[in-house]
Amino acid sequence: MATLTMGKPQMMRRPLLGWTVHDGLVVARRNLIQTVRIPEMLFFSLVQPVIFVLLFAYVFGGAIPIPGDAGADAYRNYLMPGIFGQTVAFAAAASTVGLAEDMHKGIIDRFRALPMSPPAVLVGRTLADAVRQILVLFVLSITGFIVGWRISNGLLPAIGAYALLLLFAYTVSWIGAWIGLHMPNPETANTAGLAWLFPLTFLSNAFVPISSMPSWLQAFAAYNPVSTVVLATRELFGNPTGIQPDYWPLQHASLYTLISCAVLIAIFATLAVRKYTRTTSR
Amino acid sequence: MTRDLAVHAEGLVRTFGDVRALDGIDLTVERGQVVGLLGPNGAGKTTTVRILSTLLAPTAGRATVAGFDVVKQADEVRRSIGLTGQYAAIDEYLTGRENLRMFGGLYHLSPKYVKERSEELLDWFDLADAADRPAKTYSGGMRRRLDLAASLVAQPSILFLDEPTTGLDPRSRLGLWDVINNLVAQGTTVLLTTQYLEEADQLAQDIVVIDHGRVIAHGTSEQLKDQIGGDRIEITVTDSSRIDDAVRAVHSVSAGEPLVEESRVSAPVSGGSTVLVNAIRALDADGIEVSDLVLRRPTLDDVFMSLTGHAAEDETPAAKPAKGRRGRGSK
Repeated sequence: MATLTMGKPQMMRRPLLGWTVHDGLVVARRNLIQTVRIPEMLFFSLVQPVIFVLLFAYVFGGAIPIPGDAGADAYRNYLMPGIFGQTVAFAAAASTVGLAEDMHKGIIDRFRALPMSPPAVLVGRTLADAVRQILVLFVLSITGFIVGWRISNGLLPAIGAYALLLLFAYTVSWIGAWIGLHMPNPETANTAGLAWLFPLTFLSNAFVPISSMPSWLQAFAAYNPVSTVVLATRELFGNPTGIQPDYWPLQHASLYTLISCAVLIAIFATLAVRKYTRTTSR
Repeated sequence: MTRDLAVHAEGLVRTFGDVRALDGIDLTVERGQVVGLLGPNGAGKTTTVRILSTLLAPTAGRATVAGFDVVKQADEVRRSIGLTGQYAAIDEYLTGRENLRMFGGLYHLSPKYVKERSEELLDWFDLADAADRPAKTYSGGMRRRLDLAASLVAQPSILFLDEPTTGLDPRSRLGLWDVINNLVAQGTTVLLTTQYLEEADQLAQDIVVIDHGRVIAHGTSEQLKDQIGGDRIEITVTDSSRIDDAVRAVHSVSAGEPLVEESRVSAPVSGGSTVLVNAIRALDADGIEVSDLVLRRPTLDDVFMSLTGHAAEDETPAAKPAKGRRGRGSK
C-alpha cells in the first residue's frame, strides 16, 4: 500500500461573511443534493398540496362564500394564497425529520467533532428546507393557474408575496429544527413534526374567512402568523381577502408577518443552537 | 509537560443520572503511539472517546488532547483529531467524493487542497472506482473506509477509532487493520477502542483494560500476558458432565486456579511438557476422556478473564452471570 504523500493541509482564508455562513452553505448544499438524489420524496411532498388545491377548489369551494366577493372564481383566487401559506408552513416538518435522521445516523456527531461553526448545521438545514420551497411554490402556482387562479396586482408585489412566503418557510424551519433536536428517533419525528402544523394552519384564514369563525377563535386566528402571511400574500397578488375583523395584525398583515418572523427566528434559532451544542445524539 | 503527550487524561468521571459510566479514568498516550482501550460493552470505552473528542463534557477530571484542554479549547482539539465511530457517519446520499469534499470544506481547508486530498484518499482507500456512486450503494467495509478517509482529510495528528471493525466481515477487518497499521507507520497517533482482544493484540503497542469505568490493567500485550503467569494447559472433555472431575485433575498439576468455559478447562502451569504427561496421567486415572489437550501461551482472553472474572464479550457484566467461572468445583 502506498503512503499518503500530500504536504501540510492548506487552510482557507476567513470568508467575508464569516464561517457560519460558509459552513451553513456547505451543509445546505449537502441537504439539497439529498433532495435531488431522492426524487420520490420531492414528488410526494408536491402531491399533497396539489391534492389540497383540487379538493378545496372543486369539493369545498362552492360551499364557502367569500364576503365581499361573489365572482365565480372568487374562492379559487381566495384559496391559492391559503394553500401557499399552509404548504410553506409544512417545511418545518422536513427540518424536524431531517435533523432527527442526522442525529440517528451519527453524522451530527461527526459534525460536532469538526472545527466548524456550531450553528452551521442548523443554518444549512433551515436554508435548504426553505430553498426547496421555491420549487414547491412554482409547481403550486402552475396548478393554481390551471384551476383559474390569477395574479392581478403586477409583477413586483407578486415577487414580494413569494419572498414573504419563503421567509415564512425559513422561520417555521427553525421551529421544526428545534423540535427535531428533541426527537428520540426519526419515527417519532415523523409524527411530532406534523402534529402542531395541522391545527396551526387550519386555525387561520387559509381556507375560510376569519369573520366566519366564533369570536373567541377569531382572536387566535388573527394573531396566528399563518393568517397574516396568507392575508399579506392575498393583498400582494391582488386576490380577494374577505372582510377583516378589527385586529391590528390583520390591518397590517405584511408588517406583522415580518415582525413575527424576526421574533420567531430570534427565539427558536437561539433555543435550537443552544440545544444543538449541548445535545448528544442517541 | 503535557505538550509532548497526544492524550493525557486524569481522573475522568462521567455520570448519566445514577449511572457512573466513567469512574476515574487515567490515560496517557504518547505521540506516535497506538493505544488500545479494551473492555466489554458498557465498560466506558465509547464514553472515554466521546469526552476526548469533545462530544461530551466530563463530570469531573480533566483531559488534554494534543496539548489542548478538551473543554476549554474544544476547537483546537477538533482541529488536531480525526474521529471514526462505531457507525459509519457519512452522508448516504452523497457520493464518496462529495462526502470527502464536504468534510474538507467544514475543516476550512482550501478548495484546491481538498480536491487533491480527496483524490489521494479515494485512491488510497481503494474507493476510486466507486467515487461517483452514492455511499448508500457501498458495502459495509467500503462505508467504513470512506468514514476513515473522511477523518483523514485534514491530516490529523491524532486519530480516535471507536470500535473501527465492529460488524465487519473478517476480510474487511483485515483490510482495515492494514490501513491503520499504515497510518501508524506514517506517524499518526491512534487511540482505538475494541472489544476484540485479537484486534488490540494486532494493532496496539499499549493496552489499557477498562471495566466498569475504571482502568484495571495497563501494559503491552506481553506484559499483560506475563501478569497471569507463563504457559497454560487447556483441555476439552468429551463428556461435559465430567467437567468437575476434569477441573480437579487439572488443579492437581496446575500452578493456579483453573478457569472453566463450557467443556473446556484451562489453568496456568509451570514446568513445560512434563506437566502434560502428569495431566494425562491424572485424567486417565479418573477415566476422563478428552477431545483436545494443549499447552499454550496465554491469550488476552485469559488476561481478561483473570482480571475481570468474566469474558470480554459479555454484554452487561453486572446483570448477566459470566460464561467463564473461576475454578468451579475446585473448592
